Amino acid sequence: MLNNYLLRSGGSLLLFLASVSAVQAASNGKSDLDSVVPAGPMDSASGAPVAWSKPINDQKLHKFVQIDRLEYGDPEGPNNYLWDAQGWVGGDFNKLWLKTEGEGPISGGSPESTEFQALYNRMISPFWGAQVGLRYDVNPNPDRGFAVIGLQGLAPYWFESDTALFVSEDGDVSFRGEFEYELLLTQRLILQPRLEINASARDTPEYGLGRGLNNTEMGVRLRYEIRREFAPYIGVRWEQKYGDTKDIARAEGESTSSTAFVVGVRAWY
Amino acid sequence: MNRHSHDSDRRRLLRAMGATGLLAGFNALLPAYARSSIGGSHLNAAAAQVPGGKPRDVVMDFHVRRETIDIAGGRASAITLNHLTPGPILELWEGKNAHLRVHNHLDESTSIHWHGILLPFQMDGVPGVAFPGIDPGDTFEVDFPVRQAGTYWYHSHSGLQEQVGQTGPTVIHSAEDDGINADREYVIVLNDWTFEDPHRLLAKLKEMSDYYNFSERTVGDLMEDVSKSGVQAALRDRLAWGNMRMSPRDIADVTGYTYSYLMNGMHPESNWTGLFTPGERIRLRVINASSMTYFNVRLPGLAMTVVAADGKEIQPVETDEFQIGVAETFDVVVQPKADQAYTIMAETMDRSGYARGTLAPRAGMMAPVPALREQPQRTMVDMGMDMSKMDMGGMKMGGGSMGHGSMKQMDMSGSSQGPAGMSHKDHDMGGSKMSGKMAHGTGAMAGSMGTGAMMEQSGPIIARHGPDHHGPGNLTVANVERYRLGERGTGLEDVNHRVLTYSQLRNVVPMQDRRDPSRTIEVHLTGNMDRYMWSFDGVKYSNATPIEFPYGERIRLILVNDTMMEHPIHLHGMFMELENKQDDYLPFKHTISVMPGSRVSLLITADEPGRWAFHCHLLYHMEMGMFRVVRVSDQSGDKNA
Ligand SMILES: [Cu+2]
Repeated sequence: MLNNYLLRSGGSLLLFLASVSAVQAASNGKSDLDSVVPAGPMDSASGAPVAWSKPINDQKLHKFVQIDRLEYGDPEGPNNYLWDAQGWVGGDFNKLWLKTEGEGPISGGSPESTEFQALYNRMISPFWGAQVGLRYDVNPNPDRGFAVIGLQGLAPYWFESDTALFVSEDGDVSFRGEFEYELLLTQRLILQPRLEINASARDTPEYGLGRGLNNTEMGVRLRYEIRREFAPYIGVRWEQKYGDTKDIARAEGESTSSTAFVVGVRAWY
Repeated sequence: MNRHSHDSDRRRLLRAMGATGLLAGFNALLPAYARSSIGGSHLNAAAAQVPGGKPRDVVMDFHVRRETIDIAGGRASAITLNHLTPGPILELWEGKNAHLRVHNHLDESTSIHWHGILLPFQMDGVPGVAFPGIDPGDTFEVDFPVRQAGTYWYHSHSGLQEQVGQTGPTVIHSAEDDGINADREYVIVLNDWTFEDPHRLLAKLKEMSDYYNFSERTVGDLMEDVSKSGVQAALRDRLAWGNMRMSPRDIADVTGYTYSYLMNGMHPESNWTGLFTPGERIRLRVINASSMTYFNVRLPGLAMTVVAADGKEIQPVETDEFQIGVAETFDVVVQPKADQAYTIMAETMDRSGYARGTLAPRAGMMAPVPALREQPQRTMVDMGMDMSKMDMGGMKMGGGSMGHGSMKQMDMSGSSQGPAGMSHKDHDMGGSKMSGKMAHGTGAMAGSMGTGAMMEQSGPIIARHGPDHHGPGNLTVANVERYRLGERGTGLEDVNHRVLTYSQLRNVVPMQDRRDPSRTIEVHLTGNMDRYMWSFDGVKYSNATPIEFPYGERIRLILVNDTMMEHPIHLHGMFMELENKQDDYLPFKHTISVMPGSRVSLLITADEPGRWAFHCHLLYHMEMGMFRVVRVSDQSGDKNA
């Protein structure tokens, strides 16, 4: 209310103020004690009238989209291209994560693998989010759905980790762990070793997977951050199959290990 | 109070005037005091001075506009005040009245907060707390008797408007002779300017919190440390930081990568210049009006006498350099006797840039600009680590720049004065049990490879952290909480000249309210740098309720910094008396920069009824939730349950 706000003023202002409202003197320059708590409903954080806007915007939703790897490899290798992207939208504690990855040969047909995930991420500790959701593979054929439960975050010593258990619609259980580390050669030239491990609880030969450790994929990528958001890289990727998975691959005339030099780009917004 | 301005003719006229201002060229858009040197030769030093004059009531209009202006060597859209950024000097007289009118010409809500000024809370200018904000086209009027003197400032408290220019200086002349007897006074307003949209800047921090940090430790640094201190020590250090997933190079969230640092609105290249006649006493009213940047201020070749902090007079302290946190002000007197120019150097704490100006006897003169010094590093003291309990061996703490210091560089003058003249019944602050010797003692435990020396520099442990780790929104806690008011600011530990410390601030008047505090309120400064979350006690503003100060009571407010960076914590509406062991002469502060891993105690007389904002003055920390309302009322008993 105006009366409470306008205090004693100099005579030169009287004309101006008279046009606004009557002036109430409060010569000590302090507010009335009974003006502190508003009469009507109040906001629990500010104690101010509930209709007022908030002083800060600490509940804003944020978003993040990243192509971690988009690369092209050696034409000699089995899979020439690969993508691995993810993003999130949400607040500090609750986020929706979306992920996709896949790879395939440049010549001929559909990708060897194409995968999508939609996950709810709950922050459970300063560096870790627990994730539950669904994964859907378009390739290899036939399509398959999975339930996902995972843990993603930053492990001590700066290991970026993404681990998940998958249960397919047929009840097949598998595990994947991805770990990345960053070594700063300079502020913009960064060497990134990467390790991915896949394992299955039982044989699923129709998907070329055997029980136990399926494969590992190790990589080292050297990127240059032209901007933080855009970094081309070169690297090498080495894949090795193991156990039954290896036997299946061999039986089908596929390679059981491969090494590929890659060029690619990492970008985010 | 929002008063609709129905006079559309008047508004149209104002817009027309705005357009004229634009046409007049960018020179007109700079404050008078900043207009001294564009293109490097034209000086207008006279306009840079605080005008002064006979005490009088002041009526002043502030027109808030969004305009495209020339700034920091480029052209950008800024929010101006009367076509200026920073805005015009608000000059007031203690004992007289202020009538201020804020006209919003933006197409969004705005506000002006009168930082450090005692006034009725409804005029304090914090939307959503003190008033609803000023709608587009509206005028907000504040009218109050001026109850104080000193150097303050004003700025928008709406969204991120402060970052894009909406700041300005406030000077209040003392009703009585303050004894400073300056021949000349200049305001020195420091800002950080970015050409990025501040909302995008904040989004980047949220997505990648080290986005702006281009001084992380590299493989090359590791090699250097190996050659300096051996493989084992260097690796141990890397492992210790790696285990915590923290970076010792985390000095500033936002750096010179995006910021230009401005002095009175001018880029270092434009070299703001104030004139003087040799022998004159010049009062520099230094205001850190930046959004995110701490500065180290010095005038090479000139000693400074610090005469006021946060507007409030202190007993003069002669020094060579001071660190100024965001939102703080320091008044210094310099007396250049030689007929030469002096650089006013304001280097950022992280050394990623600087603001700079010149004091010169004649236009066009300039002095050398010192090189940026080596970037500082965080230490285990900043982390609140308890070295005595760690298997540290010969671990080298914090790397290269640390650990060469010795006791001589720690200002012990505060602690040597013994406990402040008040009761410390209800907590262990105050230094009566702890002394500088304590620092020697604990330091000796920690080995010889720098740790000991660093521990000697740091203040004594005065408390230990409780079991509450403040949830996922907080990364670390200060296991040991140190008294660090006697320490130099980050990065100034080893500088070989005098550096101001908080412990040197001694009031000119004895404490008025000598009651024992009736309650102690402990607030922890918390955050998760990895996710760019900032909070108090691990809880951000929206999930919290007001802090209650019962009206009329004496409150002891204890701030514990669990994070590894400084936070300038600002309380609106009331001054805080900093318990820095200056007996009955504790200095007043409106903004206290709390060192990492430290515990600070403040006394407040809750005699200003209102809903007052209380927050970290790093703009993006505040916006993320490091904010509370302090409610001074007589009803807190029932509301607090
Ligand atoms: Cu902060």
